[in-house]
Amino acid sequence: MNDEGTPSRRFLDVSGLPTYAFGHRSLMWWGTMGIVLIESTVFAIAIVAYFYLRDRSFAWPPHSVPPVLLYGTLNTVVLFLSTIPNHWTKHQADHENLRGVRIGLVVCLLFAAAFIVIRWFEFGALQTSWNTSAYGSIVWALMTLHTVHLVTDVIDTVVLTVLMFTGPLAGKRFVDVSENAVYWWFVVGSWPFIYATVYLAPRMSP
Amino acid sequence: MNTAADLAELEKRWADPPGFLGWMKTVDHKRIARRYFVTALVFFALAGLMAALMRLQLARPENTLVGPDLYNQLFSMHGTVMMFLFAVPILQAVGVFLVPLMIGSRNIAFGRLSSFSYWIFLFGGIMIFTAFFLNVGPEAGWFSYVPLSGPQFSPGKRTDFWAQLVTFTELASLIVAVQIVVTAFKLRAPGMSLNRIPLLVWAEVVTSFMVIFAMPSVMLGSSFLISDRLVSTQFFNPAEGGDALLWQHLFWFFGHPEVYIIFVPALGIISEIVSTFASRPAFGYLALVLALVVTGFLAFGLWVHHMFATGLPPLGMSFFTAASILIAIPTGLQISCWIATLATGGRLRLATPLLFVVGFFFIFVIGGLTGLMLASVSLDSQLHDSYFVVAHLHYVLIGGALFPLFGGFYYWFPKLTGRLLSERAGKWNFWLFFTGFNVAFFPMHILGLKGMTRRVYTYGADRGWGDLNLLATIGAVTIAASMIVFAINVVVSLRRGQRAGENPWGGTTLEWATSSPPPSYGFAQIPCVDSRQPLKHGKEALAWVVGLPTLVRTSLVTRLHDAAPDHITVDPEPSIWPFWTAVAVSALFIGSIFTPWALVWGAIPVTVALIGWFWPKHEETERTNRIEVKPDESRPARFLESAS
Repeated sequence: MNDEGTPSRRFLDVSGLPTYAFGHRSLMWWGTMGIVLIESTVFAIAIVAYFYLRDRSFAWPPHSVPPVLLYGTLNTVVLFLSTIPNHWTKHQADHENLRGVRIGLVVCLLFAAAFIVIRWFEFGALQTSWNTSAYGSIVWALMTLHTVHLVTDVIDTVVLTVLMFTGPLAGKRFVDVSENAVYWWFVVGSWPFIYATVYLAPRMSP
Repeated sequence: MNTAADLAELEKRWADPPGFLGWMKTVDHKRIARRYFVTALVFFALAGLMAALMRLQLARPENTLVGPDLYNQLFSMHGTVMMFLFAVPILQAVGVFLVPLMIGSRNIAFGRLSSFSYWIFLFGGIMIFTAFFLNVGPEAGWFSYVPLSGPQFSPGKRTDFWAQLVTFTELASLIVAVQIVVTAFKLRAPGMSLNRIPLLVWAEVVTSFMVIFAMPSVMLGSSFLISDRLVSTQFFNPAEGGDALLWQHLFWFFGHPEVYIIFVPALGIISEIVSTFASRPAFGYLALVLALVVTGFLAFGLWVHHMFATGLPPLGMSFFTAASILIAIPTGLQISCWIATLATGGRLRLATPLLFVVGFFFIFVIGGLTGLMLASVSLDSQLHDSYFVVAHLHYVLIGGALFPLFGGFYYWFPKLTGRLLSERAGKWNFWLFFTGFNVAFFPMHILGLKGMTRRVYTYGADRGWGDLNLLATIGAVTIAASMIVFAINVVVSLRRGQRAGENPWGGTTLEWATSSPPPSYGFAQIPCVDSRQPLKHGKEALAWVVGLPTLVRTSLVTRLHDAAPDHITVDPEPSIWPFWTAVAVSALFIGSIFTPWALVWGAIPVTVALIGWFWPKHEETERTNRIEVKPDESRPARFLESAS
């Protein structure tokens, strides 16, 4: 209402606003952050459980030797290197460069495939089984948790890659690629903590 | 603007497809919330019947109505269902229904996720009741302590079903939590800056963050438990380096925040009701918001007070005692603010919603006082596992959450259905509930002090507990009567209740700016907000958003802090895939009770269903592309004046 008797209504015209946006402006970024918060909490609590159990043991690892360093360390290198194509792909997506996104996604997938193959050997070199002791159980739990996240993100990336080749495409799909890259950062970022716990902690005297 | 043709266009865009398939596909937060309410209330009634059965068994000494084995399952089911299938889901559903309406959004963020979340919740509930009726219901209490719940003392599948129920319900809760946070942060009406967010929305946001940080703990714990039972991991087996107390830590790191996950939304409900019925904004808005946030933080520093009887180091015990006493401060602050609101507002209207809030004050203060008693290690060691604890927890949970929830139900029922509940029946409902509750649970304090332990299926006549137990049973029957009044009130009012109109109580938050029940698109136009009470001067004083495309479902995304318009987002269309994904995930969860391979083979249908969910349709993409405005081609939003 302005003056008495002549009500006027005010309107906010939003017709010129973009129909999608990147980064923390988009809902998808916030949704991804929600998942990252949840999953970080899962990892953190699992790591706390590891040290809780270690604190209550006389020998760590009990009746066994620590996991072989080779494969886990190799995988750490692969994972860190994968951030390069991952970041490049995100950059291509943010600039809506379809050709770049396609190349980037395929390269990312090659890195992920290499990682999964080495992960297979990692499980073989853990030097413990999930059912021999609480130590074995929590080591397998940490490795399985990380692998599940890895595999989930790989499946997600495969679907996105196929979509980017076949369509139907819209501008907002580039936001999906961009957020997928953000999630990969989480998969990479969570690994050093698990690596340190699984591979280094048993090598240090409690 | 806003002609009949515009509305028809909106309705065409947002309405669900007709018939049963449309019902299955819906992503409308209002329909999904309604579904959540009905389902959770059915679970509530069933768990209530179980409580009634237990009370009948305990009505006299050495009763033989229920045997020990069934009694174990009854109390385990009662606690599990009330916590996991009633309290948390229904208070989150309050958020699913109200958060988008109170912040002026067309839908909740990621609408398909709420559909998925509902189906997961429903299937989990159906699973546990099926198990119960097949005599494989949970038997180790709602917190299933190891070793009692471990492979040695709980053979068979009973505890496995319990562990998977936890997985089901926590998954459903976590999803809704993320949706509520994103909705409240990014989909608020233009101008609804952080300091104008309604208190209930703040409460739901704080709750959601607590869910995000608490629920992973119990999901991890229940996964450890079920793998100890099924694939011989040794997490909780002391003989192989495991530790039984690890379970208690994992459980209570979730379990204590859980109490506040139930309680905090109720605080938000109270703030809204108090403010409307006192006809003034809530006194001390900032203090109330900060109290909610502080409660959210402190709730994570209390879990060990459930474990005082386990022999922890004294320093730890002192810390958790201090934290447990500390949390009374934000709660006391809020109660003071509400009293100030009621005292300084206009003439109080003592309608049923406010009556339930007054009931809350009375009951919750008693529950809070016994909480302070239990926070003391020396007293707790004496009272642990006695009926005193049973009395305390029902005073805080029923007083703290259920009374406000009922108040909220009477308050928002007209928005949900378009009709008011009967006030006369509401008063009966309240007084029977209030009286019955105190008669049922107050004697339990005394029974606990007299040494009656919880979870006993009967007791000897020589103990002298018979009279108080009989009194408690009479109280329970009175509560049942009040629930019957409530059910009749709902059924009758749905058909013959007084029509509500948009704003029957004179509320000033945005949900009262749209019809009752709201249309599929929520608001014909999205309002612009310039104060904490946007409807204080009526709808006519508001500015409205124009220019949202209607060729696809669109919502307005605003900035986190000041809610300035940022961009337009395309909302998901109805889809059957969330349902199929939920079916596939449920098959995986239930299958894993019987074979670990279900985790491997069950993942394949889950993946297929998720791809079906995500894969865009050509026709929708084509429409989306027709309205597409790229970020670098956009123009900012601007205000227009027009004489009407």
